[in-house]
Amino acid sequence: MRRRHRAAAPILVLLTLALIGVLYAAVGSAATAQASNEGATTNAQLVKQGQQLFAEGCSSCHGLGAQGGPEAPTLIGVGSAAVDFQISTGRMPLAAPNAQAPQKKVIYTDQETAAIAAYIASLAPGPQIPTDEEIDYEDADLVEGGELFRTNCSQCHNFTGAGGALSNGAYAPDLRDATPRQIYEAMLTGPENMPVFSNETLTPENKQAIIKYIQNMDEQASYGGWAIGSLGPVNEGAFIWIIGIGLLIGAAVWIGARVR
Amino acid sequence: MSVMNKLGHQAEFLDDRLTVANWGKRNLRKVFPDHWTFMFGEMALYSFIIVLLSGIYLTLWFKPSMTEVVYNGSYTPLNGIEMSEAYKSTLDISFDVRGGLLMRQVHHWGAMLFIASMTIHMMRVFFTGAFRKPREINWTIGVLLLTMGFVEGFAGYSLPDDLLSGTGLRIAEGIMLSIPVVGTYVSFFAFGGEFPGDEFISRLYGIHILLIPGIILGLITAHMLIVWYQKHTQYPGKGRTNDNVVGYPFMPVYMAKAGGFFFIVFGITVFLSGVATINPIWAYGPYVPDQITAGSQPDWYMGWLEGALRAMPNWETTLWGHTISWNVLIPGAVVLGVIINLMLIYPWLEAKVTGDKKEHHLLDRPRNAPTRTALGVMSLTFYMMLLIGGGNDIIGSQFNLSINAITWAIRIGIFILPPISFVITKRICLSLQRSDRDKLLHGRETGSIMRLPEGAFVEVHAPLSDNEKAVILSKNDITPLPWPEKVDANGVKDPNFKKDHRWARLSHWFFSDNVPKPTAAELAEAEAHIRHSAAEGAPVIAHREQLEPEGGVLHDPSAVEADKEPITK
Repeated sequence: MRRRHRAAAPILVLLTLALIGVLYAAVGSAATAQASNEGATTNAQLVKQGQQLFAEGCSSCHGLGAQGGPEAPTLIGVGSAAVDFQISTGRMPLAAPNAQAPQKKVIYTDQETAAIAAYIASLAPGPQIPTDEEIDYEDADLVEGGELFRTNCSQCHNFTGAGGALSNGAYAPDLRDATPRQIYEAMLTGPENMPVFSNETLTPENKQAIIKYIQNMDEQASYGGWAIGSLGPVNEGAFIWIIGIGLLIGAAVWIGARVR
Repeated sequence: MSVMNKLGHQAEFLDDRLTVANWGKRNLRKVFPDHWTFMFGEMALYSFIIVLLSGIYLTLWFKPSMTEVVYNGSYTPLNGIEMSEAYKSTLDISFDVRGGLLMRQVHHWGAMLFIASMTIHMMRVFFTGAFRKPREINWTIGVLLLTMGFVEGFAGYSLPDDLLSGTGLRIAEGIMLSIPVVGTYVSFFAFGGEFPGDEFISRLYGIHILLIPGIILGLITAHMLIVWYQKHTQYPGKGRTNDNVVGYPFMPVYMAKAGGFFFIVFGITVFLSGVATINPIWAYGPYVPDQITAGSQPDWYMGWLEGALRAMPNWETTLWGHTISWNVLIPGAVVLGVIINLMLIYPWLEAKVTGDKKEHHLLDRPRNAPTRTALGVMSLTFYMMLLIGGGNDIIGSQFNLSINAITWAIRIGIFILPPISFVITKRICLSLQRSDRDKLLHGRETGSIMRLPEGAFVEVHAPLSDNEKAVILSKNDITPLPWPEKVDANGVKDPNFKKDHRWARLSHWFFSDNVPKPTAAELAEAEAHIRHSAAEGAPVIAHREQLEPEGGVLHDPSAVEADKEPITK
């Protein structure tokens, strides 16, 4: 009698599992796609979904009607831009009350974020999520962006946008990994300790210029070699003491080694 | 005719006219002791030369002018912006001059290395007591060199007129303003009017490339001539005394070593400048008084003063309509002045306390001057606290700490930690002294355990080598200043009693808890003990605590004469 190869059984199991997986993914994603299509059909439905998500994930601090609570501000009138910024950077929902909400893993999908934003926007008018056109910085003025950045941003976010300390454990975050939309929303809504730069203070063109400057900082070559974190002289001092003096002392020990 | 002959003729030509042969022979054969810590000063010298050379290159393109011009160069993010000529020419050096950015970075990294090398050189000199008589003057010159290094470095940092330069100068202006009564006059005098004015960069330029480098060169020359003339100190060891110098001749050994080391320092500096950015002035932008960046810091050597400024509470007093800003005056001017002056006079201060008027050419081991070593570590702790305070924002944002908490930790730590570090260091030194004494009397612990016939376990102790003995015996046991008599033998009151008593008390404190090295008699007894054991054929070797509470010290088997039976069999 011919025996089957001894790996046959495990292979069969794996193949079956893979087949089930593929089928499930196909059916599942189709279902999700359908759901999101349904969700996006009307704004009213989006708001309803957002309200549902808000009640589940946000209301324990912000109150059932987003009116705020002892530890959380009211969200009535903050607008969809604030919601999108806070959720898309992972700052909300908050893990624990601290000096400042840290950036962390984003837990809502884009669609869910949009739903919560729509719900908050439905409560009272406020700054809206910028459109793709508004954040299109391709034609913005880089030089003007630099001037505006150094006048308005660098005092907290540092000259390359690497971030800096504020008082009592708060901080201005690193801008180099933020998306243009998040930067735009932050200027518009002034999250945490950041001042609001409304469209009257910094026009959309100004904001685009600033975004262009930040993106350019991130993209341009590091002309002098390794930038040591772009944090200024503190890191340079640490570098010269650890690497520079370290190498020189190593050389001195080598040269001064006793010739027996 | 051979090459050597030709050379000989030329040498003769020179000698006939300058009579340098004898002088040269004597000095080229001059002996210097050898140790890697003796090269820190060389590191400083070579990095200074590197900074000098790269600086000359930069002067070819740098324009020390505050005239406003519009930039139109290779760095597009700043195109069309108004800036001073100084900043524009620095941008041009960075982006349009061949090798310019590398030279700028060599100049700046070299400057940082220069001051860092001076710092570790100074630490070596301090902790080994090399500043003692007759080298006090050279110590003073060294302190002046370090201070000049600070000033020179700060001037260089201020010249490019970028945002960081201007911010630093603004602080310097604030410190000038804080000087009571004359502050505003000093500031207007320095800046030629209201800050920033349009003259300061060109004034600073002359100071940076001419005045201070000239002073530094002069001081370095004096420093090295004195070293040459007084001869270099040496670490204790076999055959090394206070009256000789054990080492190698300058020619050819040190000529080769020093020459080679110069190229190593040069290579390392250029390598660092090739791979790591320093002061990316293009990213800071030109100085505009209403702009500022987070992470505005001075270079590291000014960091401790920045720390003092940041840690100081915001105290000020108003007297007759004038404000005295203690918050700037104390950290900015008083702390710096007091510390530099203490450093300048330290050699004389210590000599006054120890009453030690002898010449010292043999270095102290740090443990053998516990109070000095502890004072040094205490000062370094103080310095480190201020340095950390100067970077409180970077430390805060990078390590998720509250900047306020760091500032308070510095404010409290600066008073508490230095005394604690003093006590800990002194105790460590004294323990090391005790262990040295044990080693002399009982030999070195080998870590081999033996079992005796009667069942006891003992550790084998090996006798010290002659060199180890010489090192330990180099300890100077100085008696503190005598207590003064209130009334002398003739019944006359000593008018200086109170003052002398105070110095004597300080002296006794300085030498307190010293563990005296074994006397000649004690050493002889220990030696005899070892010989005795050896003569008895006693294999042994050990600290026989269980058997001989007095601690018999015997020999290492390998050290017993060859005709004795090895004990391991």
